[in-house]
Amino acid sequence: MMSLGPYASFIITSYVLVAAVVLLLIIWIAIDHRRVRARLHALEQAGMGRRSGRGTTDLK
Amino acid sequence: MTLTELANPTRFLSLATRILPWLAMLTGLLLVIGLYQAALAPDDYQQGATVKIMFIHVPNAWLAMFVWGVMSVASLGTLVWRHPLADVAAKAAAPIGAAFTFLALVTGSLWGRPMWGTYWEWDARLTSVLILFLMYLGLIALWRAVEDPSRAARAAAVLTLVGAINIPIIKFSVDWWNTLHQPASVIRMGGSALDKSFLYPLLIMAVAFSLLFVTLHLAAMRNEILRRRLRSLQMLQASKPVALP
Repeated sequence: MMSLGPYASFIITSYVLVAAVVLLLIIWIAIDHRRVRARLHALEQAGMGRRSGRGTTDLK
Repeated sequence: MTLTELANPTRFLSLATRILPWLAMLTGLLLVIGLYQAALAPDDYQQGATVKIMFIHVPNAWLAMFVWGVMSVASLGTLVWRHPLADVAAKAAAPIGAAFTFLALVTGSLWGRPMWGTYWEWDARLTSVLILFLMYLGLIALWRAVEDPSRAARAAAVLTLVGAINIPIIKFSVDWWNTLHQPASVIRMGGSALDKSFLYPLLIMAVAFSLLFVTLHLAAMRNEILRRRLRSLQMLQASKPVALP
């Protein structure tokens, strides 16, 4: 077992905080992606499309 | 693929979608290796185990400045070359840069309490990084306040370039003023002052966090391009004449 000494709480808090903020960033970006794609898809279903005729979320 | 070819948002989206899973996997792998190496690193003769905070504090502090550098180059792209993806890149980078700066400040405070005896000191390094964090928040607020993306982009680009003055101030603050924060010990004239047992885990973590930034940035840029497509379609829909019964 790794010993973190008398300041273990400061070390653990630092790592947990970094993990939490990075995780929040990942989740926020993923949710944003889903939401924007869903709204684009809904508009496409409503007959709105790009002038090129390709799907708005077509990434190919 | 040249920078000009990447100016086509569809081509950029295609490329980003193809490389994002690989980048994410590489980032994850390097983070695991870096964290393992950090866990194995010995205690410092002065700091004890608290030195482990440095393996996350230093990469976040480097990225706080690096992301502003990326935004500054992107701002030049907006104002000088009018590259269509430049302001997308700058806008997408700001929240990520703000998060890294926040983490650098908080992990620094958590290291400072046991080592310096205080969470905060108004010295030149800490204060200039706090100013950087506030500038990130200001930029995010500006982009949210102006509805037209191209108008917001020009104003944000000017603000970003003016704010870039703060980056050398942060970097050299420890040399120019008498600060509580220690001077550079990794990148400095005469080589690193760190022992290899600390230097290697730190460098692996720095590369891992840099790759994390690239991954998150590409994903956020992809979202921003799609959001702009959504906006133009919504405007098109709003301008269509409504058929009366």
